[in-house]
Amino acid sequence: MKVGIVCPYSWDVPGGVQFHVRDLTEVLMARGHEVSVLAPADDDTPLPPYVVPAGRAVPVPYNGSVARVNFGPLSAARVRRWLREGEFDVLHIHEPATPSLSILACWAATGAIVATFHTANLRSRAMLAAAPFLESALEKIGARVAVSEDARRTLVEHMGGDAVLIPNGVFVDRFAAADPEPVWRGTNGTVGFIGRLDEERKGLPTLLAAMEAVVAARPGIRLLVAGRGDAEEAVDDVSPAVRDAVTFLGVVSEADKARLLRTVDVYVAPNLGGESFGIILVEAMSAGAPVLASDLDAFGRVLDGGRVGVLFPAGDPDALATSLLDLLDDEARRRKLCADGREWVRRFDWSVVAGDLIAVYETVRAGAGAVGEADVRPWRDRLRR
Amino acid sequence: MTSPNISVVVVVAAVLAGVMVLGWYLTFSATRLDRLHARLEGARSALDAQLVRRASVALQIAGSGRLDPATSLLLADAAHEAREVDGSDQTSREVTESNLTGALQAAFAEPSVAGDLRQDPVGRELLHELSAAGLRVQLARRFLNDVVRAARVVRRKRVVRYLRLAGHAEWPATFEMSDTPPDTVAGAAFI
Repeated sequence: MKVGIVCPYSWDVPGGVQFHVRDLTEVLMARGHEVSVLAPADDDTPLPPYVVPAGRAVPVPYNGSVARVNFGPLSAARVRRWLREGEFDVLHIHEPATPSLSILACWAATGAIVATFHTANLRSRAMLAAAPFLESALEKIGARVAVSEDARRTLVEHMGGDAVLIPNGVFVDRFAAADPEPVWRGTNGTVGFIGRLDEERKGLPTLLAAMEAVVAARPGIRLLVAGRGDAEEAVDDVSPAVRDAVTFLGVVSEADKARLLRTVDVYVAPNLGGESFGIILVEAMSAGAPVLASDLDAFGRVLDGGRVGVLFPAGDPDALATSLLDLLDDEARRRKLCADGREWVRRFDWSVVAGDLIAVYETVRAGAGAVGEADVRPWRDRLRR
Repeated sequence: MTSPNISVVVVVAAVLAGVMVLGWYLTFSATRLDRLHARLEGARSALDAQLVRRASVALQIAGSGRLDPATSLLLADAAHEAREVDGSDQTSREVTESNLTGALQAAFAEPSVAGDLRQDPVGRELLHELSAAGLRVQLARRFLNDVVRAARVVRRKRVVRYLRLAGHAEWPATFEMSDTPPDTVAGAAFI
């Protein structure tokens, strides 16, 4: 199959959607499909051979923060050229409700179109109502995929209809095969956290507050923290004892992330909200790390309601400390969680996820022709008609 | 024995005159302040009207189908936010209106966007409205900030502060936002 994939966010900025597109592309290519990815990127950015740059992303205020996206007539022209030259069987666009390449591709194409919705924070219905023009573009989507129950619910609430649920993929075996790093280990147990240090909803302050009690009860415990942000600022308000127990690893590579997850005795996800899926939990379980996570809806689903991981009330450092100490003391329970988790995450392995997506591609192809160019001549030509 | 009576009369007359002058001054200050506060209200509602108008035109342009859908979505989002923001929370309004300015600048950065819109009467009308609203936002904001400055000068006067002539009226705040219209749209009002 010739598959065209559209990524709305700048390729050189790391992010969940970008990683998903990259991994999916590599899996599809390994299975013998021909894939081309269109993504915002400068012409001189070093890119994998399958990525076609759509030009420099422009930072604009969107959705309460600054998004780096592509829009405007020049980007639209590049999208059309890519569609024309690609002669795709299926077009797979990601995050189509973003003001970027995805919606442009949706607008400019006809035929077999699949769209994946990643976020659980879609903009309001009022906004979509304000631009009925957009809806006509989104109506062309032949199959809608949501990566999580939360993303699906948001999509249904805002746009009606339904979506199939296909989770984000993880290379389970890569995490399982990584080597632990003994240097990172504490003398009395090791706990891990991965996420932005300066984003409160990722929950690092909750974890650091809980660590006061944990360090007091288990001297020699080590907390490994990986992620972007100012380490000094993160430990500004914590006691010296906790500060000494924390090792900041900064931004880690994919390989080091796997090694970190292989090293820890417990992986903690203290997020306060705003999570659509929780891929890091799947990665931790793939590496065999028992997971202790806040009881967000999304996390509860990834942990099978608490069967393959432990849940604690979100934002409650005391509950977190108690659960963490219990788990560290109970090796049999950790071993059970590790074994159950490894079995459970098979469903998130790319081999399964890619198989599901290919089934979606084939179904959509059966009901629609190959991808072509839509009639998006300027309005004045249409008026004349 | 008339001299003490005369001096009493003089003193009483002087005190009376003083009280009258003071009374006149207080009335004058209070009236002046009142007038400034009224002007402040007027200038604020004038700016509000122009901001609402600008957001409405932006929303119309976004929904007109004359821009590409990515740009439409961007513009619709910013305009919608600007219309929905709680007007009594000035800081968040300043942010959302500045964001709309940023979105307009991004949407019209490419000269061909405005050029295409000018090709038909409806598009021309929308563009004209946008540039008119953009210009009037700039004017209204400057007029408001002028009155704010004038009101602050009066409010800082001792007599106003000590006698609380301003009552419970809030300390006048300027409206700070980025309001530069896109180059390709600015000035179209005068075409």
